[in-house]
Amino acid sequence: MPPRLNIVVPVKRVIDYAIKPRVNAAKNIVETNGVKFSLNPFCEIAVEEAVRLRESNKDLVESITLVSAGSAKAQDALRSGLAMGADKAALIECPGIDDSKLLSLEPLAVAKLLKAYVDKSGANLVIMGKQAIDDDANQTGQMLAGLLNWSQATNASKVDVAEDGTVSVTREVDGGSETLAAKLPMVITTDLRLNVPRYTKLQDIMKAKKKKTDKLSPADLGVDITPRLETVSLADPPKRVGGAKVDSVDSLISKLKEVGAI
Amino acid sequence: MQSNQLRYRVIRQYKQLLFMGREYPRGYQFFRDKLHSGFMKNRDLVDASQIEEKLRFAEFIEKEIAALYHVRKYRSMKRQYYSEE
Repeated sequence: MPPRLNIVVPVKRVIDYAIKPRVNAAKNIVETNGVKFSLNPFCEIAVEEAVRLRESNKDLVESITLVSAGSAKAQDALRSGLAMGADKAALIECPGIDDSKLLSLEPLAVAKLLKAYVDKSGANLVIMGKQAIDDDANQTGQMLAGLLNWSQATNASKVDVAEDGTVSVTREVDGGSETLAAKLPMVITTDLRLNVPRYTKLQDIMKAKKKKTDKLSPADLGVDITPRLETVSLADPPKRVGGAKVDSVDSLISKLKEVGAI
Repeated sequence: MQSNQLRYRVIRQYKQLLFMGREYPRGYQFFRDKLHSGFMKNRDLVDASQIEEKLRFAEFIEKEIAALYHVRKYRSMKRQYYSEE
């Protein structure tokens, strides 16, 4: 009989994947007014994996807890995760962090918050998205594993929990896949191909509203979240210049010469 | 009794599809109009087995839309993060 899993799934609320982020006129923040936000796709995969572990073996999973840090609006992300099948959620509300200063909660600060939370909650497995699609840091999972001194398996494309509590994880690496096995406790970060997240039903969303969300503050967890980095400037990616049609071979050759291709 | 239950299921299915329509690529209004006219077309059905059949069709549509959304998201993620493959 493997030890029962208490899974913590950290999630993040990000600008929706379908939206093209814009830098504001002052070039210091990404425009968030009236922009659609949703649960980070990689976090979605992480929640789905936790729920699937439970569905594959009912006795295996004791609890699935979601955690999010940020403004009060992070509640939205928690709610969509709860609707997918997590049991309860915790919101680490950080004063001074709002949408417009999304980047000021740094990966290290988040990892410290999560460490404090995981220590408190007695969890033995953390499943989280490998990165958030807003700042694309891909750091928090690794930092968390380091701070907790737990085993880590990043970019997971398959997760198996054996009878004796050994977790084997297939990872996506350059040019193929790699399988790691480690004893619990463990931090797993998910890759895109791990699973197909379910589409939540309206009813599940309604039911999720009844699930419990604890509110915490960084001070409760004894973590200092003062930023250590300063954003110097932000810029939109360069605009794509459209191509042009050439009407003859000669003009093609002269164009190619112009750009030094021949 | 039985017809009440069917009625409830039809309404629930309608609401679920309507909810999914909020993200529809061609816009909510387009989706709602289509959905509404689709349901209205069968408003006069009374035979339970016929209604069941239409409900199965609605469930099929629901799965199709969920799959559409998933593929859309998956592809855009793949394009953004796994471009070299």
